[in-house]
Amino acid sequence: MLGLGALASHEATAATLPWLSPDLPDGTRAEAHLVQTPEKQPLIQLSDRPPNLETPIQAFRTDITPNDQFFVRYHLAGVPDMKAMEGWKLRVDGDAAERSVTYTQQDLNDLPQTEVIAVCQCSGNRRGLCEPHVPGVEWGYGAMGCASWHGPRLRDVLTRAGIKPEAVEIWINGADHPVLDATPAFHKSLPLSKALADETIVATSMNGSPLPLWNGYPVRLVVPGWTSTYWMKHLTNITVSAKPIDNFWMKKAYRVPAGMFPVSKSFPTQEDSATWPITEITVNSVIATPIAGEEVERSGFTVRGVAWDRGHGILRVEISLDGGKSWQDALLDRDLSPYAFRAFRLDTGPLPRGTVELRARATSISRETQSDVWKTNPAGYHNNVPQRLTVKVV
Amino acid sequence: MTMRIARLLLLACCVTMPAMAQRVPLAAGPGKDVVEGGCSTCHSLSYIPMNSRFISPDTWKAEVTKMRAAFGAPIDDDAANEIIAYLVANYGASPK
Repeated sequence: MLGLGALASHEATAATLPWLSPDLPDGTRAEAHLVQTPEKQPLIQLSDRPPNLETPIQAFRTDITPNDQFFVRYHLAGVPDMKAMEGWKLRVDGDAAERSVTYTQQDLNDLPQTEVIAVCQCSGNRRGLCEPHVPGVEWGYGAMGCASWHGPRLRDVLTRAGIKPEAVEIWINGADHPVLDATPAFHKSLPLSKALADETIVATSMNGSPLPLWNGYPVRLVVPGWTSTYWMKHLTNITVSAKPIDNFWMKKAYRVPAGMFPVSKSFPTQEDSATWPITEITVNSVIATPIAGEEVERSGFTVRGVAWDRGHGILRVEISLDGGKSWQDALLDRDLSPYAFRAFRLDTGPLPRGTVELRARATSISRETQSDVWKTNPAGYHNNVPQRLTVKVV
Repeated sequence: MTMRIARLLLLACCVTMPAMAQRVPLAAGPGKDVVEGGCSTCHSLSYIPMNSRFISPDTWKAEVTKMRAAFGAPIDDDAANEIIAYLVANYGASPK
């Protein structure tokens, strides 16, 4: 990782992070810096209150993102500490539940266990690269990661409480909270179809270890294929409801123009004629090595990165070495899961001296491919325009 | 090459080490105190320079309105106007 570990508790400014994309706003490039926080290697800090930390692009050379490099995203500054999580319990109830049930961690461990390897990606990943720029947390490429998540299915957690026929949504709430009482708490909901799906789990571990605090310790919801706004951290309450949730975080935030992006499962109770809630991830890829501005040998070099989509799996990844004029297929590495990163690589062979503009373009098994131009939407979501980066052949 | 970047990082890191708390202090100007008092109740001020300089006057106004209306920021009209004027002057899109 470019000796990032050696930075330890030190910091480096944007001027010294040459791999930060030049397409980010200048103000973001000046503000972003590496910070060492508990349980983490140095990550790119965009804000400290609440913590918003991005994974450096070099981490995406591999299809599993280590816990200590996994990005951190909070909306509200009331972030619980480990002490606040002592004696943690999960309560399931609601007007469309037959009964209320309270789970301890041990209770969750006693349910049938499953594992899913899935990408957790912020809806606003790459917002900072949107053209024109959109206000918000100005993420570059690293508001995402892929981990192996372990725990019971949400379906099994819900079944013990009993789901009445009138249930339409599962409301979810975590232990993080706003600073002011007047601020809407971060509560979200899922349609019954996704809540009961095989892949949706209540994760008690991440890559074989307890979740880092800032990734949702002790338990977070894992909703493979959907953006991480639904992956509730520090999950404390689940409400089985006969009516749609009505709050800022579902009705105003996290929405995209109706029908703009492909989905397999609809969310009918939260759709209106103009906008839908953001749900399924768009097909995308990232080149993790070489990095922008790097000098590479003219004898050739290896392009590595990962591609992912909303759960169909990756069909192909193409690489261009001439700014998008011609493309060649990269080799795909192991297929961990349709929801996981698919690592790819391409050996370039010898190249003439000079500047080379690299691009990567992924296509999913459902034949969706990355968009040449960002599909403009007000909140800066689903930016899957092929990454461009320039290296110098010497 | 990788080593070269690593050395550059380490060197720069040592040079910039003392700057720990706030990376980029907010620009001096009328309204700065109101911005610091009003906005930092709920979030670090880094959100402001991070979002520069590409936001139009209308959009800065909408952002401040969102903080008040949607998030309940206890900012009155006069303070809001000062905050908007400061953000537009110091962190707004450059006039075309």
